[in-house]
Amino acid sequence: MSLLPDLKSPGVMGINSRNGNYIMRYNPRRLFPLVDDKLISKDLAVQNGLPVPELYGVIRMLHDIRKFDQIVESKEDFVLKPVHGSGGNGIMVIGGRSRDRYRTTTGKIVTRDEIAHHMENTLGGQFSLGGQPDQVLVEYRVKFDPVFDHVSYLGVPDIRIIVFKGVPVMAMIRLPTRSSDGKANLHMGGVGAGIDIRTGITTNAVVGTSPMHEHPDTGSPVVGLKIPHWDDMLEIASRCYEITGLGYLGVDLVLDAALGPLILEMNARPGLNIQIANAAGLLPRLHFLEALELDGMSVPDRIALGKEATNRDPREIARMAVA
Amino acid sequence: MNRRHTFVLAACLFLAGTSLFLYKARTLGLPLDGAQETEVWTMEAHVSFHRDSVGAAKAHLRIPENPFGYRIANENFVSRGYGLTVDERTTGRQALWAVRKVAGEQSLYYRLSVYADPTRKGSLPKPTFPKVPELEEPYYSAMMDLTSHVREQSADILTFTSALLRRLNDPTPEENVSLLRAEARTPMQRSKLAVTLLAGARIPAEIVQCVQLGEDRRTAEVLPILAVHNGDDWIYFDPQTGELGFPPNLFPWAWGSKPLIDVSGGRGDMVEFSVVRSLQPTMEIAQERAASLGSKIPEFSLLALPLRTQSVYGVIVMIPLGALLVVLLRNFIGIRTVGTFMPVLIAIAFRETQLLGGLMFFTLIIMVGLGIRAYLEHLRLLLVPRLASVLTVVVILMTLVSIASHRMGVDTGLSVALFPMVILTMMIERMSVTWEELGARDAITEGMGTMMTAVLIYLVMGVAVIRHVLFVFPELLLLILAATLLAGRYTGFRLTEYRRFKAMAAEQ
Ligand SMILES: Nc1ncnc2c1ncn2[C@@H]1O[C@H](COP(=O)(O)OP(=O)(O)O)[C@@H](O)[C@H]1O
Ligand SMILES: [Mg+2]
Repeated sequence: MSLLPDLKSPGVMGINSRNGNYIMRYNPRRLFPLVDDKLISKDLAVQNGLPVPELYGVIRMLHDIRKFDQIVESKEDFVLKPVHGSGGNGIMVIGGRSRDRYRTTTGKIVTRDEIAHHMENTLGGQFSLGGQPDQVLVEYRVKFDPVFDHVSYLGVPDIRIIVFKGVPVMAMIRLPTRSSDGKANLHMGGVGAGIDIRTGITTNAVVGTSPMHEHPDTGSPVVGLKIPHWDDMLEIASRCYEITGLGYLGVDLVLDAALGPLILEMNARPGLNIQIANAAGLLPRLHFLEALELDGMSVPDRIALGKEATNRDPREIARMAVA
Repeated sequence: MNRRHTFVLAACLFLAGTSLFLYKARTLGLPLDGAQETEVWTMEAHVSFHRDSVGAAKAHLRIPENPFGYRIANENFVSRGYGLTVDERTTGRQALWAVRKVAGEQSLYYRLSVYADPTRKGSLPKPTFPKVPELEEPYYSAMMDLTSHVREQSADILTFTSALLRRLNDPTPEENVSLLRAEARTPMQRSKLAVTLLAGARIPAEIVQCVQLGEDRRTAEVLPILAVHNGDDWIYFDPQTGELGFPPNLFPWAWGSKPLIDVSGGRGDMVEFSVVRSLQPTMEIAQERAASLGSKIPEFSLLALPLRTQSVYGVIVMIPLGALLVVLLRNFIGIRTVGTFMPVLIAIAFRETQLLGGLMFFTLIIMVGLGIRAYLEHLRLLLVPRLASVLTVVVILMTLVSIASHRMGVDTGLSVALFPMVILTMMIERMSVTWEELGARDAITEGMGTMMTAVLIYLVMGVAVIRHVLFVFPELLLLILAATLLAGRYTGFRLTEYRRFKAMAAEQ
């Protein structure tokens, strides 16, 4: 066994453990549509007073495509998104327009026809799991808070918080780079920076799996960043558990310059790279929480517990022992 | 709770599968190796006698009935104008040849094929408790004297018999022994003497007349073996050496010292044995045997299906094994594949295209197919028509490759069937989706992972022993199911995760 690196003592969670011990145990299958269908989750959030980008309209079938012009008539910018998409695929972020020419935020010019074709493909299921027929939603384009401008290249950062039974246990901010093509996805070359749940300050950052301190394109430090509205974000994340009932949940948030934190999406199978970004395993925190009775606890208490759980890291325990 | 449930279920499946398997392998003797062959001994008894004048003749031949340690595969008689009846008496089977008018040299044959089967107990006669033989003097005294000596030096029937045989075969015999064995020169006579002396000690004993087996014996000897009943079982001794146990190269032809042949109306009668050894597929023998045991298993096995169906099932029973391999490669190693069971399907497709040809052919078509799909993307076709176009292009490509390779004379037996083509289209579509969603690197990683997995599954599926075993013992699928269930509870790290999380590993 010693031939292999020791992932046990830092408490790293592997895919099998995530699927078998957490997703299968805490996320009932019947609840998956609540987060896999972006329309349902948006609806759910609005009903419960949680902030999301405003929905402008939905294209449900080919016939509806003609409604598109009407939907975006009065909008200068908007976002097209497959309702069942994942991994950022099929998302078109339009930042401006001049008659039937549209400009994406990455600077590409697309025609009205190209947009129509894109919507046809989306409806046909090109971006949905298993190629099932899909729908297109048109929503408010988030005007990203400029606080992250010096650590983002082109795209926009988003914040991922892992919530276990309503307790925020781990968080990171994903920063787009030139090589990730403006997308914040880590495996496309984006930067992931772990956020300390207790303070909302980034503590550690990686590109892929290798640690780094400065943004590869802008050169600004990515460690030691203070995330604004951190306590609001924790509260939103914790309440996402209440509205979905999913015990092991990933909540993606963005920071709008005017509206503050908005829920971009929720994920019932959140990825594991957040551990690399934090240089900490999930298991010590989860084991700590699994031993407690969390039912009926208030949101502030859950958040306090999340901060407490962070102290369960072997690294933290070692640090406290020294102090 | 779930965990225990899974373990209990897996254990039950394991037990059920294993016990049925062991029953079929051990009791019915179905071989684990399809090519395995069994030694079959074909013995021929040649009865000959002479009739001087024209008249009736009758010949009795004692034939084996239920030989212990062996099973009869088949038997037949060559009678040449004689009437044949087979007489099943309590004292053993007899063949009776009879003819009304015959003269001159007569030859009759009985042919018997047997193979060893250690589980066969045979139908052994019940021992009769012997009376002390009434011998004339001085033989009677010699017998009583000898047996009482031997008795003093032995503890039980076994040691008594071996001590007696040792003395009887002593090259420098004591007085009693030389007197008693003066008349007994042949092994048969010696054995009869031993039976008499054992009766003197009131021990039931019997002679088994055995045919000596060997590679190819034109004339096989008939040798007596001494059977002694120890109260529970018959135990066997070589009457000449006193050695215990039934020799492996002897076939028990008949019980008792009664001559094997009895002819009336002829003279110079004798029976000669010849033995031929041959090999036959164990599979056939075991099936016949299972049927003769009254087992319903052969009727309910895949081997009872029509041949065409059998060959399909030969492949189908391998699928769960392939799926288990996929489970292991994905959940234990962490190899990524396009689609979950795509590798199994590709492995099956390889069976039709051959490995190397198939691999090259598949890679080529997938690469070209991906290119075509990317090009069709420009045309802005809707999803389903685009898929259909890719399929059409794949068909055209396959046709071209087949024709071209045939023209160039590299007809590597590339039999292109329907099945691989559909799989190729699916593979191209899935890969291109991955390509778009996650990028070229991921798509290629997955493509290669799929091919590697498929090759591995193909190779495993090609192992003749595995194929044979799963086909003959489909109950092993329960074991595969049990293993799959257990693998489903594995929540440890995948091998590739050690690399993925290497940066996080604790110092060792
Ligand atoms: N309303 C929006 N305004 C601006 N950018 C958006 C918006 N929605 C999505 N994006 C961009 O697309 C990325 C992926 O969006 P997300 O909703 O998480 O979809 P997915 O399920 O495909 O990951 C985000 O990280 C963000 O960069
Ligand atoms: Mg996302």
